[in-house]
Amino acid sequence: MSNTLDELEKEQQGKQKKDEESSKRDDPSRDVEPIESREVKATDRASAIEVRNLTKYYGDFLAVDNISFEVWDGEILGFLGPNGAGKSTTIKILACFQPATDGSVTVAGHDVFTDSLNVRKKIGYMPENVPLYPEMRVREYLKFRSAIKGVPRNKRASRMAECLELCGINEVEGKLIGQLSKGYRQRVGLADALIADPKILILDEPLASLDPNQQGYAKRLIQDLKGKHTIIFSTHILSDVEEVCDRMVIIDKGKMVAAGTPEELANRYEDQHHLHVEVVGPFDDIKEKVQGIEGVETVNATEQDGCIGLDIVTGTDTDIREKLSKQFLDNNWGLRELRTQRMDLAEIFRKLTQ
Amino acid sequence: METLLNPTTALILIFVISALVIGLWGNLWYLFKKEVSSVLLSPILYIFTAVFLVLTGIFFFEGVTRGPSPQATLRPLLGTISFVLLFFSPAITMRLFSEEARSGTIETLMTAPVSEIQVVLAKFFAGLTFFIIMLLPTFAYALVLNSMATAGIDFGPILSGYLGLLLLGCTFIALGTFISSLTKNQIIAFVITVTTMLVLWVIGFLAGEKTEPLFQVMAYIGIQEHVNDFVKGVVDSRNMIYFLSTTIFCLFLTVRSLESRKWR
Repeated sequence: MSNTLDELEKEQQGKQKKDEESSKRDDPSRDVEPIESREVKATDRASAIEVRNLTKYYGDFLAVDNISFEVWDGEILGFLGPNGAGKSTTIKILACFQPATDGSVTVAGHDVFTDSLNVRKKIGYMPENVPLYPEMRVREYLKFRSAIKGVPRNKRASRMAECLELCGINEVEGKLIGQLSKGYRQRVGLADALIADPKILILDEPLASLDPNQQGYAKRLIQDLKGKHTIIFSTHILSDVEEVCDRMVIIDKGKMVAAGTPEELANRYEDQHHLHVEVVGPFDDIKEKVQGIEGVETVNATEQDGCIGLDIVTGTDTDIREKLSKQFLDNNWGLRELRTQRMDLAEIFRKLTQ
Repeated sequence: METLLNPTTALILIFVISALVIGLWGNLWYLFKKEVSSVLLSPILYIFTAVFLVLTGIFFFEGVTRGPSPQATLRPLLGTISFVLLFFSPAITMRLFSEEARSGTIETLMTAPVSEIQVVLAKFFAGLTFFIIMLLPTFAYALVLNSMATAGIDFGPILSGYLGLLLLGCTFIALGTFISSLTKNQIIAFVITVTTMLVLWVIGFLAGEKTEPLFQVMAYIGIQEHVNDFVKGVVDSRNMIYFLSTTIFCLFLTVRSLESRKWR
């Protein structure tokens, strides 16, 4: 049995390699397409952020490795990657907090290194974990931030009222920031980013550590801001990007691995269907039978407490769910669960990296 | 020969120049206001000021009542205060930058359209403001002494003494600000600042009266000699230059240290 499993694994690996090779071969043609279509768009919209061959070393550690992308005026770009992929590093460079080791970054037409002051006048930046001064009151903090960000004196009050309203923090404006919940802190951070009405918003993990309700609120808010601001935000959760963004850039281990609209990426990389099945019955029999169903490419079986978990991979052109359930019924095996799994971020990464 | 600057003019000049810098240099005023209100809102300042006043009050009482023949002079007290400040001013400066680095607010601060120099000066002047707030009540001792002494007291050396303490404060606060910008940990900032200041304090004693060049340099670096002249009532421009140049040097280092994130 273990032999067959090993073989299966080998098969799987071999197949993946082939897939990668074929996708590599396919890539140029696939990549060219979106770029051309973008150039058509570029005639009516300019790029708000332009990253060219950006590289960042921390000592000997290569955090960001030669990435290039642009954010078009008025769009929402999701900057996606697992933890430690170099998202925050890149974002910090865009926000002029750190310089790049190599490459160039232009934000709103200004170079972040040589013309950082002008860049900082045009961006609203919310760092990861939203650092704030706990001893200040919300109103006081926003007033301070609007002053140092150069909002004219006579507009500060109205701007602050707008941001308080927009971010839903009217009811806590008199509270000490140190006493606010995580969700409110996040909103205060966003209000701060918005206070000077910047052309470009750079948000680092704006949805992290919020509860589902707050996340929903924040996502709607970000979508509402579309049009008025160009937004780039980083996240490690694919669904965030799918719901909110026009386009996404995926990086891993400092390298850029994909860029495009969610549909483009899904079409490009989803060439398999995944099924997860839990069934009660004899292990070897089940595995053999399932393996025998037409269209099944690989089966990965695990047993726990008499219940067998199967992870089945099939081609995109076949749906084996009916055959599968019939098989189980015929043999009188107890089916506990049958669900299709969308390819999640982890899988896309596994495909895109290595 | 007396120098042209009398202590009152010097004090007024320092305040006017500081006020002009704070008021007119772009965002500096807002940054300064924020720093000041942050510390005014925290209890630390009040606790330290209270302890400081109790300590100096004891020294004042001792000085006036216990001597072989009580004298209507603040000279020994001002000397003692300058030494006590060596431990209290690091308490003011320790959190200025290290707290921003620890909590990450340095990121929001430096990505706003403000320059490093403005941020450093805002923190420095805020620190100096607390230093003055801490020091100012001790002037009451001079007034008490004046009402007790039958012939009144000579305010000349007292004013020059306070000018000396203020200049000393500039150096202490600038040095503390610099060291605070090097670490995320307030306690480490405090300990290193006190240690550095102690070294600067005693290095003059170590040199003693020796005439070799090395010892002369040590004697010049030592802070205490420079304060003593002011306490004696001598406003010497060399001493003023000593304090102002060390202050500017430390502030320059702080700006550099803040910029250093861009070279790493």
